[in-house]
Amino acid sequence: MREVAYLAVADVDSAIAALAAHKNSMLLAGGTNVVDYLRAGAISPSVLVDISKVPITDVQVGEAGFTIGGLARMSDVAANPGMRAFFPVVSQALELSASAQLRNMATIGGNLMQRTRCGYFREAGFACNKRTPGSGCAARDGLNRPHAVLGGSGHCVATHPSDLAVALAALDAMMHLQGPAGVRQIALTDFYRMPGDTPQLENALQSGEMIVQVSANGTPGAAGSHYLKVRERASYEFAVVSVAAVVNASGGVIETARIAFGGVGTVPWRDHAAEHALAGVIAADSGALRLAADAALAGAEPLTHNGFKIEMGRRALVRAVQTAAGAR
Amino acid sequence: MTNAHTGDHALEPGFDHTVTTVVNGVPCELPVAAGMSLLDALREHLRLRGTKKGCNQGACGACTVHVDGRRVLSCLTLAVQCDGREVTTIEGLAGPGETLHPMQAAFVAADGFQCGYCTPGQVMSAVALLAEGHGGSDEEIREWMSGNLCRCGAYNGILSAIKAVRDSGTGDTDA
Repeated sequence: MREVAYLAVADVDSAIAALAAHKNSMLLAGGTNVVDYLRAGAISPSVLVDISKVPITDVQVGEAGFTIGGLARMSDVAANPGMRAFFPVVSQALELSASAQLRNMATIGGNLMQRTRCGYFREAGFACNKRTPGSGCAARDGLNRPHAVLGGSGHCVATHPSDLAVALAALDAMMHLQGPAGVRQIALTDFYRMPGDTPQLENALQSGEMIVQVSANGTPGAAGSHYLKVRERASYEFAVVSVAAVVNASGGVIETARIAFGGVGTVPWRDHAAEHALAGVIAADSGALRLAADAALAGAEPLTHNGFKIEMGRRALVRAVQTAAGAR
Repeated sequence: MTNAHTGDHALEPGFDHTVTTVVNGVPCELPVAAGMSLLDALREHLRLRGTKKGCNQGACGACTVHVDGRRVLSCLTLAVQCDGREVTTIEGLAGPGETLHPMQAAFVAADGFQCGYCTPGQVMSAVALLAEGHGGSDEEIREWMSGNLCRCGAYNGILSAIKAVRDSGTGDTDA
């Protein structure tokens, strides 16, 4: 691993000051992504600012909503009794991520900032516009089974790997970012950027800012919300396709649904077209649900090896919605 | 500065951070480089080579140790981040010549390994799993052990070992 300087800070203000004071500095929390990609050469900060002991780990949950400190551990958030009761989609997305060891380390802010698992991003010998802007994209004409069918560009088709972000997208979660100018809020679905011709710019976090909190309001159906994750093996694996479903049903009829997909997009993919199509459908009517699901993932453009994700995503949607509606 | 585990004077160029930590109950000060993993610090500085380097990228679980009582991957933990924390490795469960920890004994009894390379990580994870309260059904144990791969495929023996310790009620502590 190339040499890197290190300093630890004890509070948010010190972290922001350290980011401003040191060129090419990067925050380090749980380390599960930063240390791995630093060692692989996919990222190359000069200074690591360790925020792992900054005490913004509080988790508050009620039926009306939740706030999560940016440095709360994945395992602690998932196991929070209020989260399990009122927003199970969050607990499920977290516990279907990584492994027990990694969830004990990784933070919520770090999870939302994690880089893609595109194999070409990781390996310095391949062209990757995200790692080395202007070098090209080895994935577009390479082995692209795990890549995105939505939101890609000629410059990048890497998926965003976070399960948590998919659940939060369905809940209309807000990100709270603190920088030299204070705290600002941005919707999670506005936080992530499509790659366009600048795939190295992945989100709205400005230089010198950090994620200090994530929050969401309660919504009808949240207590039955569900996260369905389809993987290449039964556990400890990133999603091929995933669905976060928050469904408000009355008398077996879907009134409103909030749907987001993982594994298919370059960003966590909130799908309003699918939500419109699901409204009014009887949740137990699998045939009607399957017809509605055809509206999902509209505009998908498969690459050579990942066309199966479109049908898989629609079938996963049916199952996730039925589970969330209590119809299976 | 002296390494309490080996007596070595291990200062080397570039090792410009000092980590004050407690490893297996022994206080020690470690000179480390910023980018050095806890895994390398344990193996190369403290000569605690029970903790194994498998993938070195967070994919296999062979390097599992406990930090402040929680199971973590030492390959993705920087040693500098352990300043002020307590680390327990497989050597902390039972020293040379001491009676095996109940989980270690159960792995032996249940054939919970073949080549043994993943075993220290499996045992550290299994001890933590019971302490966390994730030792219910077979399905639950398999899910919460999924971060520890065994290429010999000793999973059924590992499951049996964990259940045996769970049922005996003896294995949910670090020592």
